Amino acid sequence: MKRLSNLSRRTRWAASLAALVLAIPAFAAVLKVDASKSQVNIVFKQMNVPVDAKFKKFSANIDYNAAKPESSKANVEIELNSFDLGDAEYNKEVLKKEWFNAAQFPKASFTSTSMKPAGAGKLDVSGTLTIKGKTSNVSFPVTIKQEGGKQIFDGALPIKRLTYNIGEGEWKDTSMVADEVTIKFHVVTQP
Amino acid sequence: MSNQTRYATPTIILHWLVALLIVAAFVLGTIMTDMRISPTKLQYYSYHKWLGVTVLGLVALRLISRLLTQAPAYPAHMSELQKKVANGTHVFLYFLMFAVPLSGYVYTCAAGYPVVYLGLIELPSIIAPAPELKHTLKEVHEILSNLMLFTVLLHIAAAVKHQVIDKDGLMRRMMPGKSNQ
Repeated sequence: MKRLSNLSRRTRWAASLAALVLAIPAFAAVLKVDASKSQVNIVFKQMNVPVDAKFKKFSANIDYNAAKPESSKANVEIELNSFDLGDAEYNKEVLKKEWFNAAQFPKASFTSTSMKPAGAGKLDVSGTLTIKGKTSNVSFPVTIKQEGGKQIFDGALPIKRLTYNIGEGEWKDTSMVADEVTIKFHVVTQP
Repeated sequence: MSNQTRYATPTIILHWLVALLIVAAFVLGTIMTDMRISPTKLQYYSYHKWLGVTVLGLVALRLISRLLTQAPAYPAHMSELQKKVANGTHVFLYFLMFAVPLSGYVYTCAAGYPVVYLGLIELPSIIAPAPELKHTLKEVHEILSNLMLFTVLLHIAAAVKHQVIDKDGLMRRMMPGKSNQ
C-alpha cells in the first residue's frame, strides 16, 4: 500500500512537472524553428524578368507571445554563402565584393525593435536589417497561423539593394538589375 | 511548281528578315555565352531571347505564307535528285527555324527565367523550372544551333553555286523585283 501511494505521488509530481514544462511555451517561448520547413526567398527583377532565389541557411530566434504580441522579439541571421540563384556560376558571382562581399560580411541579420498587433493573426514588425555592414530601419507586416502546435510566420519585406551597397560599380545600373528586392520568409516552428 | 519565277512577296520579305534575325541571334548567342558575368552579358541574353521569340513568330507566318502560295519552278537543268536534295534542305531549315528558338525557350523556362518579350510582356512558361533538365536542354539548343549554322552554310553555298557556276538565275526566285506573272 505504502509503495503504491508512493508511486502515485511520484506520478503526480511528474505530471505537474510535465504540465509546467508544457506551459512554458505559452508565455515565454523562444520558439524552435523547423529548418526543413522554413524558407527565406528573395525575388527581384532583371530586365523585368522575375528572378527567384533563396537562402539555404539561416537561423531565427523568435520569442513570440500570442497573448501579448507587443512583447515578442525576433532575431534572424542569414548566411550569405548559402544564397542560391539556381546556377553555380551566378552563385559564385554574388559572393564577390560588388555584391554581398561574403568574405568580409558573411551574415545578414535582422533584429526586431517593435511588434504591434494589427488584427487577428497579424503583426506589424519593425526592426533593423544589416547587410554588408550597412544597417537600416525596416518595417513589414507578418501573418501568424497556428497548425497543430506549430506556429507559421509569413511575411514579405521589400528593400532596395542599393541601400546596402549590393551591386557596386557597373551593377549600380538599376535598369539591368532592379533596385527593389523583396525578401519573403516562411518560418515554421517545431511543435 | 508553277510558272511563277519568284516566291510570293510575303515569303520573300520574311525570308530575308528572318535570315537577318537568325544571324543576329546566332552571333549574339555565341558572344554572350563566352562573356564574363556583367550587365552587358545579361542584356545580351535578353536580346537573344527576344530575337528568338521574334524569329519563331515570323517563321510561323512564313510557313503559312509558304503553304498558301506556290513555289516557283526550279531551273530546267536540275535533276530530280538535285531537286529532292534542295527540297529536303528547305524542309530541314524550316524544322530548324522552329526547333532552335523552341529549344531555347524550353531551356530558359527550365532554368526558371521566363521570357519577358521586349521587357514588356511576360510569356507563358511551357514547363515548370526543372534544374535537372537545364544541362541537357542547353546541349540540345547548342547542337540544333550548330546544325542550323551548317545547313545555312550549305544553303548559301548552293545558292552561290547556282549563281556563279550554273548561272541559272535561281537566286532571283528569292530576290525582290517585279513579278513576271
